[in-house]
Amino acid sequence: MKNSQSSKLSDNARELGLLGFIVVLALLFQLRNPEFLTFSNLRDLLNNTAILGVLSVGMMMILLTGGIDLSIGATIAFSGMVTALTVSAYPTISPILSLAEGTLVGVVVGVIVGFLVAYCKILPIIASLGMMNIVRGLTYLVSKGKWVSAYQMSDGFKAISTGATLGISNLILIAIVIYVIFAYFLSSTRTGRYIYAVGSSPDTADVVGIPRKRILLLVYTTMGALAGLAGVLWVSRYASAQGDTAQGYEMSVIAAVVLGGVSVSGGRGKVIGIILGTILFGMLNNALPLINISPFWQQAIQGVVILLAVISNVLIKRNNDRMTLRRRAI
Amino acid sequence: MSERTLEIEKPRSLKNFFFQWEWFLIALFVIINIVNSLLSPYYFTADTFLSTPMNFLDKAFLVYPMMMIIVLGNIDVSVGSIIALSSVIMAVSYNAGLSMPLAMVLCLAVSTFCGFINGFLQAKFRELSSTIITISTQIIYRGIAYIILEDKAAGKFPTWFSFLGWGYIGKVPFIMIVFIVFTILFAILIHKTRFGRQLFAMGNNSTACRYSGIKTENMLISVSTIMGFMAGITALFLTSRMGSTRPNVATGYELDVIAMVVLGGVSTSGGKGRITGPLLSIFIIGFLNYGLGLFNISAQVLLIIIGALLIVAVMLQNLRFDKSGQKSGAKHVQLKR
Repeated sequence: MKNSQSSKLSDNARELGLLGFIVVLALLFQLRNPEFLTFSNLRDLLNNTAILGVLSVGMMMILLTGGIDLSIGATIAFSGMVTALTVSAYPTISPILSLAEGTLVGVVVGVIVGFLVAYCKILPIIASLGMMNIVRGLTYLVSKGKWVSAYQMSDGFKAISTGATLGISNLILIAIVIYVIFAYFLSSTRTGRYIYAVGSSPDTADVVGIPRKRILLLVYTTMGALAGLAGVLWVSRYASAQGDTAQGYEMSVIAAVVLGGVSVSGGRGKVIGIILGTILFGMLNNALPLINISPFWQQAIQGVVILLAVISNVLIKRNNDRMTLRRRAI
Repeated sequence: MSERTLEIEKPRSLKNFFFQWEWFLIALFVIINIVNSLLSPYYFTADTFLSTPMNFLDKAFLVYPMMMIIVLGNIDVSVGSIIALSSVIMAVSYNAGLSMPLAMVLCLAVSTFCGFINGFLQAKFRELSSTIITISTQIIYRGIAYIILEDKAAGKFPTWFSFLGWGYIGKVPFIMIVFIVFTILFAILIHKTRFGRQLFAMGNNSTACRYSGIKTENMLISVSTIMGFMAGITALFLTSRMGSTRPNVATGYELDVIAMVVLGGVSTSGGKGRITGPLLSIFIIGFLNYGLGLFNISAQVLLIIIGALLIVAVMLQNLRFDKSGQKSGAKHVQLKR
């Protein structure tokens, strides 16, 4: 695998560099607007990025296998809509059940995408683009084009995202739990390492007997489950489920993940990296309005950030490879 | 890999002639038209067949360059955004006092430049997939359109400009004539020139092409630039039809166009395809939309149908191409033993 000793130092250097960049950026924002580094703003920032964080773990696993999933924005909307409709029909339903319901909806979508990619050998971008439309269309169909608004939701449901446990907001808590689980899963379990292997070299993975198709199915299903979960969190947080909920949100997730140093060609990336990437991305979203940049600039800035991140990943890797070659020559 | 042959080099025989994807498409087209004519008694008139395509031909300009990109084994999801950006820039520069013909030239220049950027990035950073590059430029281009026009609409074009989208020459819509011209040009470019041959060769094995002296980087750049130019043409016709433009125009066009190309029998793994397939599928999807409109089916269901069509088309393609691929794979393993 590519995380061998020779590149370990520079891999860590990347995360340290990202951390340094975050600190410098935070100081700059602070200079422009002293509101930035206040407790309440930082709490808002983390709350707003928690959902992004949940999703970025799943997207990282997909990018690790060399794939991509564009359907998650639609999955968020669909799972959120189905859950919200259920809650408005049966207000007494327990929040835990709602979470389970949304996750299950996401799993179904994820299994379909995974099956198409792994067993029907459809390119991930085409399979997920197709599913994106299907699921988005279904969202409009089940809601008949209407919204589910705050008054139709029970207080217990809205408390999923707005409430707090042990003084920490539920959203942040959920994100931390997911990060911990997946950090362990990806670095210390056999299946987790298989994911890296599949992305590093699919052919080798086949030859050494890694069940590549099952790994792909697993990865897309996990992404679906996380997107389903995020759908419930989203609807509960904004107290509104709409047909166009989270439209284009997949792009934000991809941006955060590539910012965190995950290679889009597969096999490279760490959970600590995407945590930093997610925070950096959340910071940009949070701070741009604070320093009076028009919201219409955000999309373009997001795109430039993704492009610069992937290009710098490539340049760093080229540099690494050159260093390795030079070391070998001596 | 050695077993792979170019689609265009298959031996001509009666069997091969009848087992062509195009026959399936023609059958599909006929079925859709029969269903449509059952739904509406006024369907089978020359007028229907001349005027209905006006509704979908703007998208059709994108199909051939997208086919070239997919033949290379790449993909471009930024076309919708290129259309939006060039259309917005045209409208804003016209409203700022530029004369309309110059604004139209500017529109084409912007879109061509956007396409060039896509190709340039792909050529310079070969490690990156075209997916991630066009995803980021997709966001950037539309983002710039939003920066320029925010959430407003721009228009008030001169009246003659609407001729592009709505005008007729004799009984034939102007857009149809332009489409036919471009179809002929692209058919020649893809199937009768050296450029076209190199395109298919690169789709089959890009590395081998580089070593045999094909300037692969230039190929990537020129194909993307052509895509950009055609996106500009689409922007002209689309803006003319709508009469005004917004930063969110042409959202999701890339999906429709990719669906048309793939349904037309172009393999997403590159190197295979023929221009007649996408040509047929333009009309299949176009008339399907029209028929669903007769049925009074909502746009949301249309989303589902196009999405499903895309997936099913690729699945069928994979089944079709899988046979030869597996055979050569098996032989490969045997050789090793």
